[in-house]
Amino acid sequence: MFSKWMSRATLGALTLAATMGIASAKSTITVGMQLEPPHLDPTSAAAGAIDSVLYANVFEGLTRFGPDGSVNPGLAESWEISEDGLTYTFKLREGVKFHDGTDMNAEDVKFSLDRARAEDSVNAQKALFEGIKDIEVVDPLTVKVTLSKPNGSFLFNMAWGDAVIVAPESIDGIKEKPVGTGAFVFESWLQGDRIELAKNAEYWGEPAKLEHVTFKFISDPTAAFASVMAEDVDVFTAFPAPENLPQFEADPRFQVLVGSTEGETILSTNNKMPPFDNVKVREALAHAIDRQAIIDGAMFGYGTPIGTHFAPHNPDYVDLTGMNAYDPEKAKALLAEAGYPDGFKTTLKLPPPSYARRGGEIIAAQLAAVGIEAEITNMEWGLWLELVFSNKDYGLTIVSHTEPMDIGIYARPDYYFQYDSAEAQGLMAKLSETTDPAARSGILKEMQELIAKDYVNGYLFQLAALTVAKAGVQGLWANAPTQATDLTAVSWVD
Amino acid sequence: MKGLWLGAILVSVFVGAALLSLVWVPYDIIQMNMAQRLQGPSWPHPLGTDHYGRDMLSMIMLGARTSIAVALVAVGIGMGLGVPLGLTAAARRGGWIDEIVMRGNDLIFAFPSLLIAILITAIFGASAVNAIIAIGIFNIPVFARLVRGGALSLWTRDYILAARVAGKGRARISIEHILPNLTNLLIVQGTIQFSLGILAEAGLSYVGLGAQPPVPSWGRMLADTQTMYSIALHLALVPGLSILLTVLGLNLMGDGLRDLLDPRVRRAAR
Amino acid sequence: MGRFLIRRLLGLIVALAVASVVIFLCLEVVPGDPAAYMLGVNARPDTLAALRAELGLDGSAVQRYFDWIGGMLRGDFGISYTYRTPVSGMIVDRMWVSLPLALYALGLSVAIAFPAGIWAASRRGSAADLGVMGVTQLGVAVPNFWFAMLMVLLFAIKLRWFPSGGFAGWDEGLFAGLKSLTLPAIALALPQASILTRVMRSSLLDTLGEDYIRTARAKGVSRRRAIWAHGLRNALIPVLTIIGLQFSFLLAGAIIIENVFYLPGLGRLVFQAISSRDLIVVESVVLLLVFAVIAVNFAVDMAYGLVDPRLRGRR
Repeated sequence: MFSKWMSRATLGALTLAATMGIASAKSTITVGMQLEPPHLDPTSAAAGAIDSVLYANVFEGLTRFGPDGSVNPGLAESWEISEDGLTYTFKLREGVKFHDGTDMNAEDVKFSLDRARAEDSVNAQKALFEGIKDIEVVDPLTVKVTLSKPNGSFLFNMAWGDAVIVAPESIDGIKEKPVGTGAFVFESWLQGDRIELAKNAEYWGEPAKLEHVTFKFISDPTAAFASVMAEDVDVFTAFPAPENLPQFEADPRFQVLVGSTEGETILSTNNKMPPFDNVKVREALAHAIDRQAIIDGAMFGYGTPIGTHFAPHNPDYVDLTGMNAYDPEKAKALLAEAGYPDGFKTTLKLPPPSYARRGGEIIAAQLAAVGIEAEITNMEWGLWLELVFSNKDYGLTIVSHTEPMDIGIYARPDYYFQYDSAEAQGLMAKLSETTDPAARSGILKEMQELIAKDYVNGYLFQLAALTVAKAGVQGLWANAPTQATDLTAVSWVD
Repeated sequence: MKGLWLGAILVSVFVGAALLSLVWVPYDIIQMNMAQRLQGPSWPHPLGTDHYGRDMLSMIMLGARTSIAVALVAVGIGMGLGVPLGLTAAARRGGWIDEIVMRGNDLIFAFPSLLIAILITAIFGASAVNAIIAIGIFNIPVFARLVRGGALSLWTRDYILAARVAGKGRARISIEHILPNLTNLLIVQGTIQFSLGILAEAGLSYVGLGAQPPVPSWGRMLADTQTMYSIALHLALVPGLSILLTVLGLNLMGDGLRDLLDPRVRRAAR
Repeated sequence: MGRFLIRRLLGLIVALAVASVVIFLCLEVVPGDPAAYMLGVNARPDTLAALRAELGLDGSAVQRYFDWIGGMLRGDFGISYTYRTPVSGMIVDRMWVSLPLALYALGLSVAIAFPAGIWAASRRGSAADLGVMGVTQLGVAVPNFWFAMLMVLLFAIKLRWFPSGGFAGWDEGLFAGLKSLTLPAIALALPQASILTRVMRSSLLDTLGEDYIRTARAKGVSRRRAIWAHGLRNALIPVLTIIGLQFSFLLAGAIIIENVFYLPGLGRLVFQAISSRDLIVVESVVLLLVFAVIAVNFAVDMAYGLVDPRLRGRR
């Protein structure tokens, strides 16, 4: 009898402990996201989805982005910059190991940077490495990088996902089995469904609080909504359906994080195609568009209007939204002045994201009100890249430029919106040689004003970073200074 | 017979709405009004408003026009090419034309239709015209096979033999004697293909491959507002039920017509 | 039987050859460059050229066609442009979702259609018959993606009986796997079951109208026994055809449903491959599906030949 009682008591205690154990140490998380990486090498594809899964979690660079977009030490503990701004001497952290057990040292850094800037490199952001003249291994923990001319954004460049440090031993299999130095180790990938990561017990820095992470790929916005509602995922980053956020906010099971991204969403205009080669016509476009209606209609209120191609949260941002205030009458007058009193016909080619599809429908309606007939064609990315981006066969399109600090694209005359301005090119050339922060800031402001004054594109809004998570998740980034889902500090509230 | 009537009523409601939309709709759907969006049914908007504040009744009427036009032209393509092919194949039974037509039919049947439709739109871009082509292609073998089967049995009839003895050519006999006798069969099958066309158009435009905005289509209406169903259920019910009722109406009509026109063709038409 | 078999086999090979040329030509004219898709908007021309060379996209069309076909014949489906893994492996992975889903849906369809069809046929003209026929009319007319979305709304979000989508994986156990395929299978099965019910019913009624059954009935065999003992077997031929057609349709036609439930199946693989211009994947999967359809039709034809020797001579 006694023993029976006893065993029951132990059993009860055990059950209690077990449930408590689960409650206090929930250490796995499932993160939903829309896009699946095509493969797992961040240094040879533009797909932001690769960084969304692997940046900071599996791969690290010399420097790394903080949640606020600041550039912090990564694998490089510290660095010295020579007087002339040409030599960067990086001091690497000690005891850093790749997930396959090999040491991370100066040779790996040299290998990674050389590979990215090589002749046959397939790095999607090769421009980041352009100014590098030489990389020298001083000792196993010291690397000296020499630039051909001073580059004020070199440390920033080294923080990109395209500049992470990889090892020559594991480079061949990197597309299926990424081997990095981060706080999580790649575990498995069920293509079309999910990628799993596990905690790196040997991590050199602050260890991750989560034991296990699953990234689930749910491209359809409705399915995304359903998966969060049904609690199939714990977190959904870059949530694609802003119209559902009020429902999540009202539901105590969830929290909604609204932050900013580097995505300037613009009505890209083909500057070489008549009638858009006329600045008056472009100015008319700017006044024909009601930004707030687009943000309300397409993003259900999430997003910040912009007046130039620059992120509003950046300290160097100049608010120029006044220059393109909604004024259809003025737009009509400008069109008449430019020789199009009855408007004209053009094409509006839209890629898949809902900001483009919905924004496009609204813009077409707004343009129709001033007499411009924009014929909408929805297309998927493959076709968009070919027709719009490569062949420049379009009048108007909508796209969000998500790379951080990408105002430099206005200095590339062959870029798809074909803005050819000697003034802009001169400014950007000057910027890349300037290292003095105050002078850089001045040039950036000048550049913003220039492209606003030239009405190169219709500047619509800064894309908001929308994250939905279970109420108990903490440590997520609200902002998206780069395409990353840094889970190293994420945990569950006890 | 009740089915035929019910079907005819359903079909005429939607065809009527589509025709009416050519001259009149309650509201201009180019105008967007964010302040009025996602409203449920009310007197001014009997079917509610969508996510841009547009009147759903007007959208449904215009969408009916798109769906019906696409499906109708696709059936037209299928008949226009399938019927001559079928007649020729039957007239030259066992010949190389017959062989090619029938093998070609088998081949088209073997292709996964939806995938091909998606490919076609990937090549030529998404538009109502390409949706018509994609659906139309797969209608050709249906009619070719049907006509060949029907014609083959007619070729053995006495009056055809008489015509041949009288010296009429195969082509003339096909047109003058065979085709008229296949009309009922074609009407019945045409109705069925029409209803399948409506469903296919809805599916294609649901995945974004049909008519492009601002031209409304039922499938895209469903796709565009999918994420809002839990806030505004009418966005799911109104276009979905429109598709359902139109297709149901056409199917009931098809079945009814089959019974009415010729009980003997029942086997062949299936 | 031998000659018949050879003739059909030859036809099968010719059809596949023609299909492969058609598919290849279609994809040759698709605009879009896989390299541009992968490297995105900041890529430089020299980087693009480097990647194109790496992918083997230079070289003449004829050369690439024969490389592709030659590879297929050896069982080597090539390397995916975007995923950079063997296509055959990707197909096998997706098959583990698509094939069970198609079988599940077909199983449901048959499990519903047989009893419903037989029941309706045996009570021809009754309220039950009318009810079954009415429901099947609805089932045929419902757009299945719409039905699927409504089911998600009710069973996944409201009641939370089933996951809203995704695939648990067979490693999680048979039950978890089947659970995640249940809603998609129902959505796929609804129209198929409706069609099959109607075919079953009318085919059975046709057979029951034939002379030998009438004779049997006149001799005092009960209607029920007439159905079970004589009618059913003979009514199965058209039903088998439809089942064959449905199976191949289900394998390829699940694209939209796979999208609604974000299942990693074959259909969605092709859908994504088309948009990322991963043409080698598109080519191989489409040809494989065509092959599946032709093979299933072939098998059905053979089954006919076994059931009814008279059909062997006919095409």
